[in-house]
Amino acid sequence: MVQERTLPQFQAPAASISSEEGLRLYEDMILGRFFEDKCAEMYYRGKMFGFVHLYNGQEAVSSGVIKSMRPDDYVCSTYRDHVHALSAGVPAKNVMAELFGKETGCSRGRGGSMHLFSGEHNLLGGFAFIGEGIPVALGAAFQTHYRRVALGDASADQVTACFFGDGTTNNGQFFECLNMAALWKLPILFVVENNKWAIGMAHERATSQPEIYKKASVFGMPGYEVDGMDVMAVRSIAQEAVARARAGEGPTLIECLTYRFRGHSLADPDELRSKAEKEEWLARDPIKRFEAYLLEQNLADEATLKGVRDRIQTTIDDALTFAEESPEPSPDDLYKYIFADS
Amino acid sequence: MAETLLFNALREAIDEEMGRDETVFVLGEDVGQYGGSYKVTKDLYDKYGEFRVLDTPIAENSFTGMAVGAAMTGLRPIIEGMNMGFLLLAFNQIANNAGMLRYTSGGNFKIPMVIRGPGGVGRQLGAEHSQRLEAYFQAVPGLKIVACSTPYNAKGLLKSAIRDDNPVLFFEHVLLYNLKEDLPNHEYLVPLDKAEIVRPGKDVTILTYSRMRHHVTQAVKGLVAKGFDPEVIDLISLKPLDFETIGASIKKTHRVIVVEECMRTGGIGAEIIASINDRFFDELDAPVLRLSSQDIPTPYNGKLESLTIVQPKQIEAAVENMLALKV
Ligand SMILES: Cc1ncc(C[n+]2csc(CCOP(=O)(O)OP(=O)(O)O)c2C)c(N)n1
Repeated sequence: MVQERTLPQFQAPAASISSEEGLRLYEDMILGRFFEDKCAEMYYRGKMFGFVHLYNGQEAVSSGVIKSMRPDDYVCSTYRDHVHALSAGVPAKNVMAELFGKETGCSRGRGGSMHLFSGEHNLLGGFAFIGEGIPVALGAAFQTHYRRVALGDASADQVTACFFGDGTTNNGQFFECLNMAALWKLPILFVVENNKWAIGMAHERATSQPEIYKKASVFGMPGYEVDGMDVMAVRSIAQEAVARARAGEGPTLIECLTYRFRGHSLADPDELRSKAEKEEWLARDPIKRFEAYLLEQNLADEATLKGVRDRIQTTIDDALTFAEESPEPSPDDLYKYIFADS
Repeated sequence: MAETLLFNALREAIDEEMGRDETVFVLGEDVGQYGGSYKVTKDLYDKYGEFRVLDTPIAENSFTGMAVGAAMTGLRPIIEGMNMGFLLLAFNQIANNAGMLRYTSGGNFKIPMVIRGPGGVGRQLGAEHSQRLEAYFQAVPGLKIVACSTPYNAKGLLKSAIRDDNPVLFFEHVLLYNLKEDLPNHEYLVPLDKAEIVRPGKDVTILTYSRMRHHVTQAVKGLVAKGFDPEVIDLISLKPLDFETIGASIKKTHRVIVVEECMRTGGIGAEIIASINDRFFDELDAPVLRLSSQDIPTPYNGKLESLTIVQPKQIEAAVENMLALKV
């Protein structure tokens, strides 16, 4: 049967973080969680369509990695992309409007849940097919490397973070791109969100060596296993990897052990995962855990945290109003955006 | 004027464009040190360095996706498919990402990239190396598809393709790389979306492209000797098709024959006929005829191989037949 993998230890109290930075991470995680809860509500009320894959439970990964990056760095996501987009700075109202199919959506209503893009925020997608974002992320990292090495532009030091799930690491694109990234020392972070399941396929049933981070070693690349329910742990590894990439020292593979609290998508009855397994992971909720940490370390008090939650609730409510009130794309624009000159 | 082989015309196009725009780079298998399987990138590695003429591992889907990512973030990649057939392994990146991503992103990103390389039925290369992928790709929205056929158009079209802000599939033909032609000494561009009138005429419109242009030209010699006056149009652009040129010709000749190396079923010819029926049905004096390849994997045996594709004699006979029935 499915063997429980022990989570790596991380000494959070020993890691330092300012109160301001702590609240920034907290706010980002709350934004992700509240946003997704609102999506579920809207989906079940028949206002949101298609396949909608929520991120609940995995917030520490998105916040820990993306908030360790600069706004001019690149983020490449999967079909589980809402929260990555939010962490990358795409306003909640534009993400929500996209999910409502509105012209004001970040992909102008043409993309939908699995195809979120923002040129302004260097969000490269939103990819519905397993693993197809990995080569695209590689290309962004190559672009930075090209500017720096081939064109001698010393200011080209952007880093690309590429997210994908454990199931995706069984796909050839993962191995092909690890090879090229290591070969050319590209500034990229391969971030595996190992939530143990690929729809209904348990990771151990699909993967000959379930410890994904170890796969980095055959490419001569640093590989780390990290508790993906601990934002401080993710942040600490991400900061190191970002610094290494920025310094021109190449890629890093980070395997975050995490869990999705909801079904694979909102259409998934989620019958396979055991109650015991779910409860065990729910007890590790990254948001509750980080709240406790902020309070213990005297980085915030309960009133401040509540203030954050209230503010985010307003952001979500505003996003919803914006999405509902925004116009649909004009039928006259059906052919717009097929080619670059349209 | 200098006599130039087609592969060298392509090489000049890439060299000139890399020289004028430092964001243009080439990637693919053996394009660098080796200079490309058909020598289209010969010496460019020495001139531009290992990152502007990048030798990739044999990982078609991933390096194609890498080019998409590079194009989204400001570079202008040119992928060489060592043989275009290998790009079937990159179908996902070409269709989902190169082709559709501008649209799905709601115009957030442009994908200025060229995917070029040899294809078509060669001299007994066997089924997998003799593919004509244009039919597979024509249904993908957001792609431009171009087929060059002479050193002159090869050079001018490739330069335009590199400058285009959209993904362009650029088909070359293995048997045309050594075609020779005098090319102008000055710089020139050829538009991607214009068909080329190879020979004006008034009796019948022959629509063709790539290597079949040359089979048609050969057939036309016989036809002219017999007193016929066919108009020959090299489509050049397979997507979008240039219906302005095609339509003007049909209004003159009222008869159309499509000659293609493409598979018959679901091929470029099939699309052309459907579109002609949509647009110019009233102009037609006869049903549009198509001469296509047989719907079989290209056999290795030389005799069978030549039976698979259209030969000049068949073209000559078909035109004669059609015009003999003229009322
Ligand atoms: C090429 C491809 N095959 C199949 C699917 C259907 N599919 C969607 S998500 C998924 C599971 C992916 O699991 P994982 O990579 O672990 O990511 P997670 O959903 O757990 O975040 C599958 C098989 C797909 N989207 N693309």
